[in-house]
Amino acid sequence: MADVAAPAEHETTTGLPSTKLAMWLFLSSECLLFGALISTYVLYRGRSEVGPYPDEIFDIPYTSVSSFVLLASSLTMVLALSSAQRGDPGRMRLWLLATAMLGLTFVGGQVYEFTLFHEEGLTLSTNLFGTTFFVLTGFHGVHVTVGVLMLLGLVSMSWVDRLPGDGSFPVEMVGLYWHFVDIVWIVIFTVIYLIPTPRPGGA
Amino acid sequence: MATIGATRRTEPGAVRRPMATTGFWSWFTTVDHKKIGIMYGVTAIAFFLIGGIEALLIRLQLAQPDGTVLNANQYDQIFTMHGITMIFLFVMPMAAAFFNYLIPLMIGARDVAFPRLNAFSYWAFVLGGLFLYSSFFLGGAPNGGWFGYAPNSTTDPQIGMSFYALGLLITGIASTAGAVNLGVTVINMRAPGMSLFRTPVFVWMGLVVQFLLVFALPIITVGLFQLLFDRRWGTNFFNVDAGGDPILWQHMFWLFGHPEVYVLILPAFGIISEILPVFSRKPLFGYQFVVFSGIAIGFIGFGVWAHHMFAAGLGPVANTAFGVSTAIIAVPTGVKIFNWMGTMYKGDIHFTVPMLHAIGAVMMFVVGGLSGVTHAIVPSDYQQTDTYYVVAHFHYVIFGGGVFAFFGGLYYWWPKIFARRLGEGVGKLQFWLMAIGFNLTFGPQHILGLDGMIRRTFTYPESLGLGFWNLVSTVGAFLIALSVLIFLVNAIRSFRQPKGLANEDPWDARTIEWMTASPPPAHNFDEIPQVHALDEFWHRKYVEDERTGRLVPAQAGAADHTDEGPGAGHAIHLPSPSFWPLVAAAGLPILGYGVLYSWWVLGAGALVLLVGVFGWAIEPSVAEEG
Amino acid sequence: MSAPETDVDASAAHTTAHGGHPSAKEYIRIGVILAVLTALEVTASYLDVSKAVLIPTLLGLAFVKFVLVVMWFMHLKFDDRRYARFFVMGLAGAATLYLIVLILFRVFQA
Repeated sequence: MADVAAPAEHETTTGLPSTKLAMWLFLSSECLLFGALISTYVLYRGRSEVGPYPDEIFDIPYTSVSSFVLLASSLTMVLALSSAQRGDPGRMRLWLLATAMLGLTFVGGQVYEFTLFHEEGLTLSTNLFGTTFFVLTGFHGVHVTVGVLMLLGLVSMSWVDRLPGDGSFPVEMVGLYWHFVDIVWIVIFTVIYLIPTPRPGGA
Repeated sequence: MATIGATRRTEPGAVRRPMATTGFWSWFTTVDHKKIGIMYGVTAIAFFLIGGIEALLIRLQLAQPDGTVLNANQYDQIFTMHGITMIFLFVMPMAAAFFNYLIPLMIGARDVAFPRLNAFSYWAFVLGGLFLYSSFFLGGAPNGGWFGYAPNSTTDPQIGMSFYALGLLITGIASTAGAVNLGVTVINMRAPGMSLFRTPVFVWMGLVVQFLLVFALPIITVGLFQLLFDRRWGTNFFNVDAGGDPILWQHMFWLFGHPEVYVLILPAFGIISEILPVFSRKPLFGYQFVVFSGIAIGFIGFGVWAHHMFAAGLGPVANTAFGVSTAIIAVPTGVKIFNWMGTMYKGDIHFTVPMLHAIGAVMMFVVGGLSGVTHAIVPSDYQQTDTYYVVAHFHYVIFGGGVFAFFGGLYYWWPKIFARRLGEGVGKLQFWLMAIGFNLTFGPQHILGLDGMIRRTFTYPESLGLGFWNLVSTVGAFLIALSVLIFLVNAIRSFRQPKGLANEDPWDARTIEWMTASPPPAHNFDEIPQVHALDEFWHRKYVEDERTGRLVPAQAGAADHTDEGPGAGHAIHLPSPSFWPLVAAAGLPILGYGVLYSWWVLGAGALVLLVGVFGWAIEPSVAEEG
Repeated sequence: MSAPETDVDASAAHTTAHGGHPSAKEYIRIGVILAVLTALEVTASYLDVSKAVLIPTLLGLAFVKFVLVVMWFMHLKFDDRRYARFFVMGLAGAATLYLIVLILFRVFQA
């Protein structure tokens, strides 16, 4: 990213920066990735032949807090971008760190949540619920972790003054990725956690 | 390509940046699309030979009933790897070779949008291919078919199908990165004046292919992870005992698999669309129709996948819907055929080797397309599915259509890339031998299929009476092998010629890649051309005489070609070589081995990937001067 | 730096006049709305209503959150329309294809 500056717009055919086009194209493809995982979950919803089942395992208040944390991180992300655009790299780094911390909190919360589920008897192989739930949320968690690494990368590069210009362009790019991971969670939280799952055989 | 503006520079310092652009080691650090294209091509041809040997083994085993060349397990590995190799390690990379080399030249750019990402894609592909082949030595190659149907693929006790999942994940990452790269390149890096409808058809087909890949690869990525997790960590995605449904795998696979076949053929359609006009000395007939039909094929191609599942029990409503969509997709394909015929009609045809290959490709694609149409009709497909009729169909389209077009492209662009000519006489011999061998191999397989010969099976009993045509098919296969050998001889002999073309426009071509030197300098064009029309180069050479309407050479300097793009007057800053893409790519197979064998290795792979990506990120794309 | 509280409308005008960068205040407002919507969602999930009411409500609330983040935080509302076109291709494609798959699996039948 060392050369990901606000590029010479007049040199591209569309007038748009190539990196931003590439990022949106990539996020577009990620819709198909997460769509497949979510659809698999929905397909197998209510078909687990043995428990534990979602209604007896989920801790909605706990996960709600996690969701607030991730949403907040999107806000801090956009405030980081704002600071960068206003030429305040110090503030920018602060908001980026905040975003990273919130992201880590989210992932940490997930790890804790999974550990509890595991103790209650839900594993990857227990039933369809365990399989589809852990793989979907695991993929999401890995994406969040990668995002945290990118955020920390931005902070350190900014710290040694190696971001081009005001740093807003690379921050914007990482921001797009970060918000996307957030909107995937918006879907996951609603579809997997909040929408009730029937037990096999109805109800 | 802005460089770091800060005055306080803290170089990592530990490892110096490679700067050489010539020499053996420069190939490992190159970010030049032309060198990367050549590497893709050489590697693809190497895998083509390996896949060909696998094919010969198959044909030897099936030459006679109750064959003993391969036992069932060996046969399963060989036919699986033949499919995987030809599709993922030959056709796709060969297309990548053409796209990488030619697209920037055809659109008047100096390189692709993300040169280091381009290098990364190549290295990830090579290492993924090697990873796949290492399976032969580590417990057995994939043996569940290239389509990996569950639950066979999830429960097979040999390690091969885990290599399948991981290997294709690695090559999938390579292709996804490449797709984003080339897609943005076409959209964003065209020469001034080159609107989308002044862009060569080859480039258009390339654009459609990248979009197909970007949207289809994530689906198979998920499927492969599901397959891998079922095998490695006991998940239940396709586990019937836990309520899982193996049909889910088929959907995931074919949602990708069908767009994939258009990924395989559209590059060939692009090549054909460039060759036919040049050797008919006429513009492509119905350029806009060819472009729109390509887009239509890409779009509709996402709506036909379940025609691979007609016998899977989806029910009559689903089967009917997909039968209809499959019939519909024949229309834009047919449009292209008619446009190609229209191009040749009343043209001044020159039967050069590229032209022979292009015409042959069209004819054989039509045969394969027709058998495809018979597949679209569901009751007819019930008869044909899982028989050799299907094998005949797809070889006619992919080999007959695709591979012949690739050979045509090689003969056509060889002078551009290597500044040498492939022998015309030897080339014609190769073409005819390949054409005869190909039709002898796959023509009879239509008959074998309708006679009931089952595919994906290592032998057949004498009593079925299938021996004669199988033997004919095997003879044909060896003729193909001979023709490939002849091509290799032709290629090697060409390098014995001195480098340099007597005529830098040997075919009197139409598109702007022929406007620069052969081979092109690192920066492609001394001056980026200003584009005023489709077939820009042709229009610079010839104008229509006002009185007679015939083509006459243009006056030198008659048209005002101010080839001054916005970059004019600026020094040309080419992206600098880098080893980080190779380092990052190397992390992928290590991750793969880690999944199979050891958490420590997995960690090491992740570390290598991380270090590679981080080094890449902090390195400027153009090295600082001094 | 931020505009005074009383100048919220002015800052909105400022946004559109200057090529569409919402101010920090606006972003915070969106953030608060997102939090409120999430709280509503969670509350709704505890209510004793039929699934025919609950599910559309939850999906609707999630949809609004989705749009807010995409349009404002990801800036699609103010950016060149081509970015949105790319994104929608993947989103619509995914929704369509997977809906068809789920229908083929009879997930929506009683």
